[in-house]
Amino acid sequence: MGKPKVGFFEFTCCEGCQLTVLSLGDKLLDLFESVEVVNFREASSYKGQDYDIAFIEGAISSSQDVVRVREIRKKAKICVALGACAHIGGVNVIRNFHNQSDVRRRVYGDKAWIFDSILAQPIDSVIKVDYVIPQCPIEKSEFLCVVSSLLQGKKPFIPDYPVCVECKMKKNVCMYHKPNPIICMGPITRAGCGAIAPTFGNACEGCRGLIPDANLEAYEWLLRENGLSAEDIRRFYRMYNGLMGEGK
Amino acid sequence: MSEKDFQVDVHHIARVEGHGNIVVDVKGGELKEVKLEIVESPRFFEAMLAGRRFPEAVHIASRICGICAVSHTTASIKAIEDALGIKPSWQTLTLRKILTCAEMIDSHALHGFFLATPDFVGVPSVIPLASTSPEVVKTAIRFKKLAHDICDTIAGRHTHPISLVVNGFTNLVGEEQMMDLLSKTKATLENDVPRTVEFFSKLKIPEFERKTDNVSLTSINEYAIYGGIIKSSETGEYPPRDYKLKIAERVVDHSSAKQAFGPIKPYMVGALSRFNNNYSKLTPGAKAAAETLGLSVPSYNPFNITLAQIVELVHCLETAVGLTEELLSRGIKDEREEQPPIAGWVAKLPEINKSWGVGVVEAPRGLLIHEYKLNDDGLISAANCIIPTAQNLASIEADMRKFVPEILNRPKEEITLLLEMLVRAYDPCISCSTHLLKVDFVE
Repeated sequence: MGKPKVGFFEFTCCEGCQLTVLSLGDKLLDLFESVEVVNFREASSYKGQDYDIAFIEGAISSSQDVVRVREIRKKAKICVALGACAHIGGVNVIRNFHNQSDVRRRVYGDKAWIFDSILAQPIDSVIKVDYVIPQCPIEKSEFLCVVSSLLQGKKPFIPDYPVCVECKMKKNVCMYHKPNPIICMGPITRAGCGAIAPTFGNACEGCRGLIPDANLEAYEWLLRENGLSAEDIRRFYRMYNGLMGEGK
Repeated sequence: MSEKDFQVDVHHIARVEGHGNIVVDVKGGELKEVKLEIVESPRFFEAMLAGRRFPEAVHIASRICGICAVSHTTASIKAIEDALGIKPSWQTLTLRKILTCAEMIDSHALHGFFLATPDFVGVPSVIPLASTSPEVVKTAIRFKKLAHDICDTIAGRHTHPISLVVNGFTNLVGEEQMMDLLSKTKATLENDVPRTVEFFSKLKIPEFERKTDNVSLTSINEYAIYGGIIKSSETGEYPPRDYKLKIAERVVDHSSAKQAFGPIKPYMVGALSRFNNNYSKLTPGAKAAAETLGLSVPSYNPFNITLAQIVELVHCLETAVGLTEELLSRGIKDEREEQPPIAGWVAKLPEINKSWGVGVVEAPRGLLIHEYKLNDDGLISAANCIIPTAQNLASIEADMRKFVPEILNRPKEEITLLLEMLVRAYDPCISCSTHLLKVDFVE
């Protein structure tokens, strides 16, 4: 049996997750040795026809995207959502809450309707997704972990506890306990990033999606305690989690 | 070869960031049509920015691009600081400049080695190169690793920096960490730069020239990357806030990115324009590299963009060394008390002095402009972003119009490859450029 065929694909996004893969350093060479990369347009002009694993980056935001992602699904044994845009729609979803025809007209004037655009959505709203590598952008170590799990035929491990757990382990001062608190989404956000934002003095913005059964009631009480209005809270969620669903 | 009919239709050009197609139509040996179609789905970034609190805007703006996230973050911060009348400290400015150097190193290494080189070597990607010329690939990886180490240490990470915010940094980088980066940067300069310059000096650059207007930032103090005023090689200099008087955008049917035009339309931005406009401010090592590479000013061959990037790679390494040494000699201070960084969803926003601001920076691919209007509540009420690739789209098409007739007698495969190489030489960032969608938004 040959090496597993792997394809990388991108939809609406900044391609930062694939760039993270290209920035794996020496591990990139190991990756090229362990798998056969048959589609990586960002890095290669070679295109393959079928895939053992398809890594799909980006949100679906045009009818053309819908057709293309379904084709990839047909040709792939395993589909992995790569990064926040594919997983939960990413920041692309922010615009879903604006008036779409307004936005288009203001952007393109009398050519408002010539470009194909639909509401931004995660890829699992169109195809079945087998596994997810969350975060904006993906974490290098988690990507390598998922790849090696898949190559061994194991189910990749993605934490389902909140960022606060990792933040405490890093011995950070809680963002809410600082003299000038910065509103942080750590309490309800899925861990796995090593609490990277609080570790660098900034707040978690929820890019890994919510933990299953997040206690939103208690969390929103905390936000109100810190002076956020109902509108503020909605807007805060909508950075990454405008489409929040059960354990997404 | 005058009676020639053919079409070139490259669907989703590889080894560029984002989705674009090349369309060329030749009938009876005459060029009928040439287009660079931008088929990336519109992303409406300015609409996403509208209605957000300004500290959040910085992190949203970063998501425009995975390669030049530092530049978008920086342009966004500068626009907000311009609006608020904030003057960041010398230390903050210096750390930001080191970050922009690191991003330049990363991006130019990525383009030079991973995206452009395969064409010159005749392979589809860097992957076969890893087994045929492992040293080349490893050199590229070391440049990228260094750039990422710098960004990871100073701002948390390169793609979507965390602590790089309005009025400073939310973390405090340690002097030991900076010393470590300094020695790593020096080692890269010593070990990897000579062989890199040597490697690129041997690439056979296609012959082609089209005189154009070079537009970039310029500064009397330094090779302008972090800031300065805007310079057009043909029409002179002007302050960033006047950009709208000089740069017009229009919607063309075949591109979800608007195309930008200057007074002498079209114009070029990026490494070659900066090199042409600001050659005298390059570091000595960078000038020496230019000489080895056979690159002199002015150069009007767009295929030389890749070489200009290698010159800048050297310049940015030397500049990063200089800035880091100065930072260490002055000592790094915790300024967060007296000049608090403004990050995330802070409960209380500072007072808004002015209602609008403009931030410019040289991203790896060229001049990047962010302009925001703020309302009294600190919400972004309107945003406009002028992206380098959007400014180059018309230039790429103009090049193709001149270039295709010059190479018409060659086989179709060669013409196709040369056109792909031409587009790739510009190192276009297409997902970026589909965001220059101006939206006025009233909450």
